[in-house]
Amino acid sequence: MKLNKNITEKNSIFKNWMVILAAILFIILPFIINAYWVDVLFFFGIYALLGLSLNIVLGEVGLFDLGHIGFMAIGAYTTAILNATFGIPIIILLPVSAIAAGAFAWLVCSPIIHLRGDYLCIVTIGMGEIVRLTLNNNPFGITGGPNGVFGIDFPSLGSIFVVDNSTKFYYFIWLIVGLTIIGLVNLQRSRIGRAWNCIREDEIAAEATGIDVRYYKLLAFVLGAGLAGVAGNVYATKLMMVSPESFNFMESCMLFCIVLIGGMGSIPGVLIGAAAISLFPEFFRTFAQYRMLIFGAAMVAMMVFKPGGIWPRKRGAVKFKSLLMKAGDENG
Amino acid sequence: MAKDNNSMETMIRTKQANEEINKINKVVLQTDKLTKKFGGLTAVNNFDLKVSQGQISSLIGPNGAGKTTVFNVVTGIYKADGGKVVFKGEDLVGKKPHQIIKKGIARTFQNIRLFSNMTCLENVMAGQHCRSNEGTWTSILQTPGQKKEELEIKKNAEDRLKQVGLWKYRDELAKNIAYGNQRMLEIGRALASNPDLLILDEPSSGLNDKESEDLIIFLKFLLKEDLTILLIEHDMNVVMGISHWVTVMDEGKKIAEGLPEDVYSNPQVIEAYLGKDEEEEE
Repeated sequence: MKLNKNITEKNSIFKNWMVILAAILFIILPFIINAYWVDVLFFFGIYALLGLSLNIVLGEVGLFDLGHIGFMAIGAYTTAILNATFGIPIIILLPVSAIAAGAFAWLVCSPIIHLRGDYLCIVTIGMGEIVRLTLNNNPFGITGGPNGVFGIDFPSLGSIFVVDNSTKFYYFIWLIVGLTIIGLVNLQRSRIGRAWNCIREDEIAAEATGIDVRYYKLLAFVLGAGLAGVAGNVYATKLMMVSPESFNFMESCMLFCIVLIGGMGSIPGVLIGAAAISLFPEFFRTFAQYRMLIFGAAMVAMMVFKPGGIWPRKRGAVKFKSLLMKAGDENG
Repeated sequence: MAKDNNSMETMIRTKQANEEINKINKVVLQTDKLTKKFGGLTAVNNFDLKVSQGQISSLIGPNGAGKTTVFNVVTGIYKADGGKVVFKGEDLVGKKPHQIIKKGIARTFQNIRLFSNMTCLENVMAGQHCRSNEGTWTSILQTPGQKKEELEIKKNAEDRLKQVGLWKYRDELAKNIAYGNQRMLEIGRALASNPDLLILDEPSSGLNDKESEDLIIFLKFLLKEDLTILLIEHDMNVVMGISHWVTVMDEGKKIAEGLPEDVYSNPQVIEAYLGKDEEEEE
């Protein structure tokens, strides 16, 4: 018993060291590598943030959401339109786009939240596509149609803190990712996180245990969408333009892959998944046209050999397969 | 003729016992003409049930009699089509399950429903969800109040796990412990919400004799904690061993109620369980 405790203590110390080392590495990295790779790591950060946001919905609560990129689009367009037309500073728009995406999620998910498994999945696909098509059709002439919105500012606080080059963007996104991780780890360890996991395990038992299933599912969607909105905000300012084509269905699939590859409900897993999705194509530029083929093969291999993901959550992660079967059962 | 006398006697005894119970004990849960239909099938038909405080009441009946449906209506999983469910003077019909557990009715399921990929301790901690109220933001920011509440939740959960004898499995996943232990864990999770009324759906099914006996002892022990218990049970030994009051149900209706020994010898009950004697019918 004592020995066991020692081992776990050692493990946690070891883990802490790993985290500190990784943090230091991330801080000094931009001084070692060139600007191109700093950009790649920036997009790794964006994917990590998106993965974390989808992980709330898909990983923690087990709701299939294949339209998650739609929430990011809402955040990005909120930022783009409000900044380009009204000149509101980006830093103020950061929470605004989070709230806009969250509110949108609340609005569209309220009527569909009772759907289970694959049914919810189909509706969310539709939702994501509707968002993209709406943006594409330039409603009221505010989204700029297929061309999108141009001329978005850099995030700045007065003239002292201006995020205007790759390195600063890199620090900016990873600061946000870091804060998000701290918040999400805290949530995982709270009654909210437990309630989410309970819903994923057994909805009826969760309801009978006193968990307001509807409320917590919606909460997951709203929080997830809010985070995706933040990612959209940073994405828009980095590219200085947004266009509907950046938010197509394939992107939602990518996010889905991030969570599945990494391990559902596992924060380090999501980071690994995001790294796999965003860094892998850079290392294998020559195979660029086979990218989807390799991802597909990787997904199949994952399902067969490691259904829990690369880095499952320690107390035993949910296997994607079992979740699918459960959803199928319940729909009868 | 003798038989008639017998049933007459039983009726009188039942009536007396009924009055006595009403005098001594407050009725905690009462269903009044409860009806639940599934399409054309009336699963529960004008059903009256009474559960007195501090006692173990049982609901028995042959398969398909509608016992579990009654439980599901009482705990809010199904909505009643008619009638009332009165708990401590309040009508529960139309309330959601998560509101009902907050009122003080906790339940277990016939086919165990645990959070199987969570540890035993987490399962019991989840049981206290309705008794805690820290919100999303305080959880994200880990305010001192949230930390304090979380600590309390954990401490209570540990006490409950010790009570149901699963302390040594606290870090095991719920799906990995033995079947009998899973049953106890489910009861522990229900108890974690500090209920006034505990509803057990066939708690002894799938248990061996030794485990059933332990369960009986445990339930009797719970009564001392000022808890009221309502159970569905098939195992007659369990029912007769611990029940203070038995209600018998068949085809959605109440066919008898009374003290265990009276119900046991009631011809109608025997008929429902074993079928009508053909000779007698002619």
